[in-house]
Amino acid sequence: MQFPNAILAEYTFSEIKSIFVMQGFAGLSLFSVLLLMALGLAIIFGQMGVVNLAHGEFMALGAYMVYLCSQITADHFPAFQPYYFILAIGVAFVVAALLGAFVEWSMIRFLYKRPLDTLLATWGLSLIMQQAFRSIFGAREVTPTLPEWLMGSFKPTETIDIPINGVFVMGLSLLLTLGIYIFMFRSRTGLHMRATVQNRTMSGAVGINTGLVDRFTFAMGCGIAGVAGAAFTTIGSTGPDSGSRYIVDTFLVVVFGGAGSMLGTIVSSFGIAQAQSVSEFFLEGTMGKVATLMAIVVILMFRPQGLFPSKVRS
Amino acid sequence: MKPHMHHQPQKRRSFLGLILASALAAHPLFAADFPTAKVNTTGLAVTDTTVTVGQLHSATGTMAISETGSIQAEQLAIDQINAMGGVLGRQIKVIKEDGASDWPTFAEKAKKLLVNDKVASVFGCWTSASRKAVLPVFEKENGMLYYPTFYEGLEQSKNVIYTGQEATQQILAGLDWIAKEKKAKTFYLIGSDYIWPRTSNKIARKHIENVLKGSVVGEEYYALGHTQFGSLINKIKLKKPDVIYAIIVGGSNVSFYKQLKAAGITSDKQTLLTISVTEDEVLGIGGENLTGFYSAMKYFQSLQNPNNEAFVKAFKAKYGDKSVIGDVTQAGYLGPWLWKLACEKAGSFDVDKIAAASPGIEFKEAPEGYVKLHENHHLWSKLRIGQWGADGQAKVLYESELIEPNPFPKGYQ
Amino acid sequence: MKKFYENVLGGRSGSIGIIILSILLFAILPLALDAFRLNLVGKYLTYAFVAVGLVLLWGNSGVLSLGQGIFFGLGGYCMAMFLKLEASSVENTKIQSTPGIPDFMDWNQLTHLPAMWVPFKHFPFALLAVVLVPALVALIVGAAMFKRRVGGVYFAVITQALALILSLGIDGNQGLTGGRNGITDLRTLLGWDIRTQTAQYVLYFTCCALLIGAILVSRLVLSTRMGRLLLAMKDKEDRVRFSGYDVASFKVFVFCLAAAMSGVGGALFVLQVGFISPSLVGIVPSIEMVIFAAMGGKHSLLGAVYGTLLVNTGKSLFSENFPQLWLFAMGGLFIAVVMLFPDGLAGIYESVRTRFFSKGTKEKATDKVPAVNAAASVALAETGGKS
Repeated sequence: MQFPNAILAEYTFSEIKSIFVMQGFAGLSLFSVLLLMALGLAIIFGQMGVVNLAHGEFMALGAYMVYLCSQITADHFPAFQPYYFILAIGVAFVVAALLGAFVEWSMIRFLYKRPLDTLLATWGLSLIMQQAFRSIFGAREVTPTLPEWLMGSFKPTETIDIPINGVFVMGLSLLLTLGIYIFMFRSRTGLHMRATVQNRTMSGAVGINTGLVDRFTFAMGCGIAGVAGAAFTTIGSTGPDSGSRYIVDTFLVVVFGGAGSMLGTIVSSFGIAQAQSVSEFFLEGTMGKVATLMAIVVILMFRPQGLFPSKVRS
Repeated sequence: MKPHMHHQPQKRRSFLGLILASALAAHPLFAADFPTAKVNTTGLAVTDTTVTVGQLHSATGTMAISETGSIQAEQLAIDQINAMGGVLGRQIKVIKEDGASDWPTFAEKAKKLLVNDKVASVFGCWTSASRKAVLPVFEKENGMLYYPTFYEGLEQSKNVIYTGQEATQQILAGLDWIAKEKKAKTFYLIGSDYIWPRTSNKIARKHIENVLKGSVVGEEYYALGHTQFGSLINKIKLKKPDVIYAIIVGGSNVSFYKQLKAAGITSDKQTLLTISVTEDEVLGIGGENLTGFYSAMKYFQSLQNPNNEAFVKAFKAKYGDKSVIGDVTQAGYLGPWLWKLACEKAGSFDVDKIAAASPGIEFKEAPEGYVKLHENHHLWSKLRIGQWGADGQAKVLYESELIEPNPFPKGYQ
Repeated sequence: MKKFYENVLGGRSGSIGIIILSILLFAILPLALDAFRLNLVGKYLTYAFVAVGLVLLWGNSGVLSLGQGIFFGLGGYCMAMFLKLEASSVENTKIQSTPGIPDFMDWNQLTHLPAMWVPFKHFPFALLAVVLVPALVALIVGAAMFKRRVGGVYFAVITQALALILSLGIDGNQGLTGGRNGITDLRTLLGWDIRTQTAQYVLYFTCCALLIGAILVSRLVLSTRMGRLLLAMKDKEDRVRFSGYDVASFKVFVFCLAAAMSGVGGALFVLQVGFISPSLVGIVPSIEMVIFAAMGGKHSLLGAVYGTLLVNTGKSLFSENFPQLWLFAMGGLFIAVVMLFPDGLAGIYESVRTRFFSKGTKEKATDKVPAVNAAASVALAETGGKS
């Protein structure tokens, strides 16, 4: 293990400055990854109170859709290669959302009163989805062929490299967050969603079809997970159990932020990302992660309701 | 018992030719020459016409990605051996068990194969952890395991034949080459967090510091499945090592190389040598993310020799044109053949006799070229340096002499 | 005597349940199965310790922990450390650079035994540690969380994170813990070879006896005033709190008890299987153990044992014959249990019993309380795990 002073002592000021910029970017990039993962869950878990342990698998589904689109493009429309990725993100959203709607209709709606049971049922769902991925796409990890413009880096100065895929993920998560905010707080459907969360009976009484709103909300959360998965193909590979790698991080982000608070989710992904990226820089890899998780758990023990507790209590 | 050897290794004959020749022209071994009571004195699953072996890999779970190739190659070898008339005149029957990427399950299934099914030998395991979990079972029940993966060494057992390279075989010659070729002095060691990368890096560090007189400017490990390497890449940029020495495995691999490329660390500016990337991994990483980086392996699919050309052809005929063959896949393929040769040399299926007969066995038709079993149950083999191309195949730039396996290297512990 | 009969054995139907289970474990299975399969059953039964603990914790106190693998693992590691030290005599390890320390330490360039390991040279210490280390960890975690009224889904997610931390921590400290490989190649217990068939039988019967013991202890706890309060708490926690009871302390106690039992299970696992690794500590095993309990019926102590046996037997048989289908079957089972049989095997048994032997229903088993289920679930949903 190395100590901070030993790491930085022997370098010039400009080098340290460049590293500072890039390290800041690494943190921001991790932040947008965590945020993307957590947004869908913030809706499903935060708004609806459904513990969806198959959330990671919906991300993997989105990633596999990009892979599928990439294969189809390569086989049939090679000229379309530089642009397919944008379309693939749309496909990922639609497919994940449709599956989400089906899952809500066939399973989740019977379990709204039993959150812990939902947890078990969705874990079962995640196993089934994993094996389905394995049977359909094979056990090996796959990577879609990405458009050239997504790879490589952007060099503002000689010593600074900013990865373009990182910028892309960042832009996407920003866009998505904004979109969700506008949808939730500026649209009529969003209003219905919030109303249903706050008071189901009352909402039903004023004529909102709460069952439909639930299905829609769940589907939207799953669709966003699909988009997140699609975006991650630019950073990593996709395998049948990719989803399970994300799930704990995702839940911690949402719980740490305070379930039910969008702002909380954003702040907590920012905090966790910076903590992890800094601790990884100064500590060794694994222990950096352990230190971050440990800190989150200890803070949660003292502040169980998370950073931004929801003001609405049922 | 005098070994009954009708089948003489034939030089300069293609491998398929060899199979045909043995099946048609030469005298296959007939079971009648080897009465069951004689070749099987310990109650293994051997009948007058068949012998049962086990195959123990992960068909499900995280490791299925890696182990699929070994499963396929072992099956191919067994099919070929059966087509030639089997072992001691007996057709090989396989019982496949799924270790499910879970070490206790590996131990459970190993015990089932040995105790319940009485298999004559087992081809299997991939990770060190799974091998460590089954090793006591094999030693207790006196079974025979053919283990295909390159691994950390520090182990030797009467009940295991290691068909992959132990760490010193894979590391030392590669480091020597890169130090000489690239005039490399400073190294950054990176690994996934478990025993093989850690032990390998320990050996690499000693070699770099004591023999090459270079220095290690960083050494660190990330949990298996880790996907965010931004901080690590920044540290690499700060340290500017001559060589990145990477032993990252599984899904992390893909993230690592993609992010390396995205951060502008490409082969024209940075030398990278890895001992954990084979053709199988490249399939996931994408050749375009690896172009120009080096791997140190004993086998590459692109090797040009008649044995390998026949092997690649047979493999693709069975598993499809898109399938690729990595180092471990080839080592897996050696297992059944080495077992067959040992049975024939011993004239028996008994594990004790096979273990005793194994040292000295030569397999000249190996796709990687001539190999020979050492007394310590590891193989004499060569090391090769391959440079990856965008098509996912490696160009072999260097080939060492045969290297003696040395699982307990003095001065490196 | 009467009191013991009513409270611990659970009256007539409770005693019959215990007797049937004992006959199954002590007579039928050993006679019907060969040594290999019996050893497998022994391994499954070690998970049943965790499942029984989960029935106490989840079924009867409404607290779901997704981190019980932590305690199973801690118990297992404590036992494995003792066994490993015994297996690493200077005689056995003379090829190492430093003979006399466990092999993996030697591979990691350790030259002396770390202080943490030293007390594990003594068997009584190791035995105590098997029970006390898990209980102590549970005490710290439980006290911190329950006093702040963390419950429900939050508790589940946090314990899951703890399971991840522990397995990562073990991975990351190879010299100290054996890392991902775990601690392997354990041979003898106080000079007695644990790998022989006789030893396997002895350990199997020990395991069965301790498991029955754990069930009886759990029943005793549930039959006390505290047990009844736990049940009431699950239904209306606030009402119990307002009545002046220290709700948090009850929960902490049950959590510690479940942890200690899991630790015993872990130690027995190590003795029967011969090794321990972080793959038994992490998230997946922790959730699987919840499924064992759910399968049996989360309110039924005996059901937990049957659930564990059934799921694991299914897993072994399925993976021997149709490895590809195993995850589909397991996933389908989870969903089916939750959606169709929320009270698991015990629920099915109960409904069959009421339908066909309606006379027998007058006497209610202490560990089967379907009546409160619905109310309890609603209560949980209302509080949403928050205070």
